[in-house]
Amino acid sequence: MKTNKYKYEEVLSRLEEITNQLEKGNLTLEEALTLFEEGINLTKVCSKILDEAEGKIEVLVKDLNGNISLKDFNGGSEEIG
Amino acid sequence: MKPVFSVSEVTQIIKNLLEGSAFLQQVYIKGEISNFKHHISGHMYFTLKDEKSQIRCIMFRSSNILLNFNPENGMKVTAFGHISVFEKTGEYQLYVEDLEPEGVGDLHIAFERLKAKLEKEGLFNPARKRPIPFLPRRIGLVTSITGAAVRDLLTVIKRRYPNANIVIAPVLVQGKEAASQICSAIGDLNNLGEVEVIIVGRGGGSIEELWAFNEETVARAIYSSKVPVISAVGHETDITIADLVADKRAPTPSAAGEMVVPEKNVLKNEIRQLKNRLITAAMSNINLKRQRLEYIRKSATFIKARNMVLNYRYELDRHVHNLFKNMKIQIDGKKLIFKSQVSKLQALSPLAVLQRGYSICQSFQSQKIIRKVEDVCIGEMVFVVLSDGKLLCRVKDRGKR
Repeated sequence: MKTNKYKYEEVLSRLEEITNQLEKGNLTLEEALTLFEEGINLTKVCSKILDEAEGKIEVLVKDLNGNISLKDFNGGSEEIG
Repeated sequence: MKPVFSVSEVTQIIKNLLEGSAFLQQVYIKGEISNFKHHISGHMYFTLKDEKSQIRCIMFRSSNILLNFNPENGMKVTAFGHISVFEKTGEYQLYVEDLEPEGVGDLHIAFERLKAKLEKEGLFNPARKRPIPFLPRRIGLVTSITGAAVRDLLTVIKRRYPNANIVIAPVLVQGKEAASQICSAIGDLNNLGEVEVIIVGRGGGSIEELWAFNEETVARAIYSSKVPVISAVGHETDITIADLVADKRAPTPSAAGEMVVPEKNVLKNEIRQLKNRLITAAMSNINLKRQRLEYIRKSATFIKARNMVLNYRYELDRHVHNLFKNMKIQIDGKKLIFKSQVSKLQALSPLAVLQRGYSICQSFQSQKIIRKVEDVCIGEMVFVVLSDGKLLCRVKDRGKR
């Protein structure tokens, strides 16, 4: 499941739409089951999107030639200004 | 013949000329106050002068009641207002809207001037402001890495969204270098990729300390950032040019942290609730179908139809049963008849007679049964048939009864 191409808000709004539709009823059994399956999948996609960031805190460092690199943030104790 | 104008007409033309000049309609003028008069009407009349020139000024009551100092002769001030013509005397004058004692207001004036300029260029246009992404993949922070602002930001962001990805672009936030560092940090974060929102800010301070965020270069860097920018400068009450250009203004760095990420717990709960609703809804969908089925099964029509089938089946069973029963009766009857026939037959059988001690006499020659004495001659051979065999006998005598 690649979550990169999914936008959380879009997935969530589709999920809400499905839930409302299912709650409204008036569906054939096949439709209800298809929607249910899609909905459950979307809850998984949502959770996955929420969990996929690694929680990295990095500091942007620029050398004299203007090249950019990243290094892990250590709490800001050694860099001054 | 050359056209001739009235004084009023020419005065009007001059007035239109002056009022048509954008420069003269929003102008800051510094000079020294002289001929100051605070008229009984509440309006102030004075002259602003320097070594070479002077301009007549009027400041209406509605404007001067807002002053927090009392202007007086000899005072060096900066006046802001527009220039127009007082038609009655034909004199042009400055209609003063604001007045600041010199020195105090320099930064303020610079601020107002830049604000007016950028506003005119459309840098503050609300229509241009971009939405802040709901769930930024990576958040850029442009601030001092040692300041309170970065700590507040990190604390709030981590509390709300523990696994948020953050890149800090450390800059000086005050002093001569600050503006250019802020500008290039915004550029660097734009080039880094994956940064979906940038927070530019610092903690509170004096107007001088916050000044970098009022610099034109910073305003333009924020404006040209492809990534949406949240400004978070100082406290609630400090409004900087950066705040006006930014896509969103946070009153404090902590508030920016609140804006930039949603609370993960809340989102997780929301998903859980949706999942529960889904399951409940799916179950009730199925239950509804089951109930409908049950209802049909219990409906009069269905029961009638089912009973009809059951009745037919019962009838059929009965017929089959009867068929078998009748068949058995028939067969039993036949069997009985057969048995009695057999016993009848047995009674008639000569063998049975022989068993009882009778015997049959047969002519040896003709094999005919001998029934009368005359049927044989003396000396003739006959068979006497007994129950277990035959005897061959010769007739010695015959006697009639």
